[in-house]
Amino acid sequence: MTSESDFGGLMRASLRGDTTAYRALLGGLSASLRAYYKRRLARIGRSASEAEDLTQDALMAIHSRRHTYDPSAPFLPWVHAIARYKLIDHLRRTRATSTDVPIEQAKDLVAESDYAAAESAQDIQRLMGKLPGKMRGAIESVKLEGLSVAEAAQRTGISESDVKISVHRGLKKLTEAVSPKRRTS
Amino acid sequence: MRTDDLIEVLSADLEPVDHRQTSRRLSYAIAAGILIVVAIVFGILGARPDVTNLVSWIPALIKVAATMAILVPASIYLIKLSRPGGEHAVSLALVLLPFAIIITLASLSIAAGPSGHAKLVLFSDDWIECVVSIPLIAIVPFAVITWVVRQMAPTDLARTGAFVGLVAGCVSAIGYAFHCADDSVPFFAVWYGGTIGLCTFAGWRLGPKLLRW
Repeated sequence: MTSESDFGGLMRASLRGDTTAYRALLGGLSASLRAYYKRRLARIGRSASEAEDLTQDALMAIHSRRHTYDPSAPFLPWVHAIARYKLIDHLRRTRATSTDVPIEQAKDLVAESDYAAAESAQDIQRLMGKLPGKMRGAIESVKLEGLSVAEAAQRTGISESDVKISVHRGLKKLTEAVSPKRRTS
Repeated sequence: MRTDDLIEVLSADLEPVDHRQTSRRLSYAIAAGILIVVAIVFGILGARPDVTNLVSWIPALIKVAATMAILVPASIYLIKLSRPGGEHAVSLALVLLPFAIIITLASLSIAAGPSGHAKLVLFSDDWIECVVSIPLIAIVPFAVITWVVRQMAPTDLARTGAFVGLVAGCVSAIGYAFHCADDSVPFFAVWYGGTIGLCTFAGWRLGPKLLRW
C-alpha cells in the first residue's frame, strides 16, 4: 500500500470516523515514514534510531492536524509536507541544517516501506509517566492490551465517553510535550 | 512506546473532523482584526478632521477599497499556505498585481504634476505619523492571525509568516485610512504600500520563530 489512491481513500474514510480505515492508514504510513526517515538520516550519517522518534512525532502530528487536510486535494503532498517539516525541525533542533534534506517530491515519502518497528528511544514513555492517572490508565489499556474503547471502559469501570475523553486529553498533553517549544532535550 | 501501540492509541482517539473549520476560523480572525483596528483608530487616533463632511468619506473609502484589493487575494493565499504543503498551491502574481497597479497610478500622477510636486505630496505633514502608525497598529492583527495560523500547521514558515505580515499590514492600513486625511495617490502608494511591505518583511523574518508547531 503505497499509492495516492490507497492512502487518500483511507484518509477520507478516517475523517468520517472509520476507525478500521484509520488504523490501516497509520499502519501503512508508519512503514513509509520509517523507511523515509531512515533513508534521510543515513544520507547525513545520523543514527537510524532517531527514525522511530520521528515516525512517532509525525504520526502524532498527522493525528492532531488531520482537520487541516482538505479531502478534495491529493493526500500525499499533505502528509509529505508534515513528514518533511518534522524532519527539518528535528535536524534544526539537533544542530544540523535543512540543506541536509534534498529537494524531493511527495512520492518520495512512500517510495519504500519498513515494517521493522522499534521501541522509540524518545521519552514518550517518560512523558506518559507525567500524565494524570486517569489519562494514563485509559491510554495504557487501549495501547498495551489492545482493548477497544468499549472493553477498556468495562475493564476500568468508567464510561466509554470517559475513556475517549481521557485518551484524547492524554494525547493532547503528549503532543504538546513533544512539540518544539516545550521540548528540553 | 512502540509505534504500533501509538497507532492503537491514536485510533482510539478518532473523531470525525470538519476540514472547513480551520479556514473559517482564519477568516473570522482577519475580520476580527479589522474590527479591532478600526476601533483602535477611532478610539485613540480619532477620525480624520473633516469627518463631518460626508464628501471626505469618498477618498477614505477609496483607500479602503484599494487596500482590500490586496487584502482579499492575500487572505485567500494565506488560508492555502497555512495548511501542510500549501506552499505548492500558491503563486504570487495575483497578490503583486494590485501593488503594481497602484504604483503605476502613483507614477502617472507624479509625472503629470509639476516638478518638485512629488516631494511636496510625499513629505506632507502626515507621512511620519503614517509610517509609525500602520506597523504599530498591525501588531494586534498580526498576533491574532499568527495564533490561528499556528494551529493550521504551515510547513513553509518564512513564506507563511510573510503573508501573515502582509495581511496584518493591510488590515492595519484599512483602519488607518479612516484617520489619515492625506488622499493623494503617490502618498498612498509610497507610505501605505511601503509600510505594508515592511510588515510583510517583518512577518517573513518572524515566521520561522513564531509559527513553529
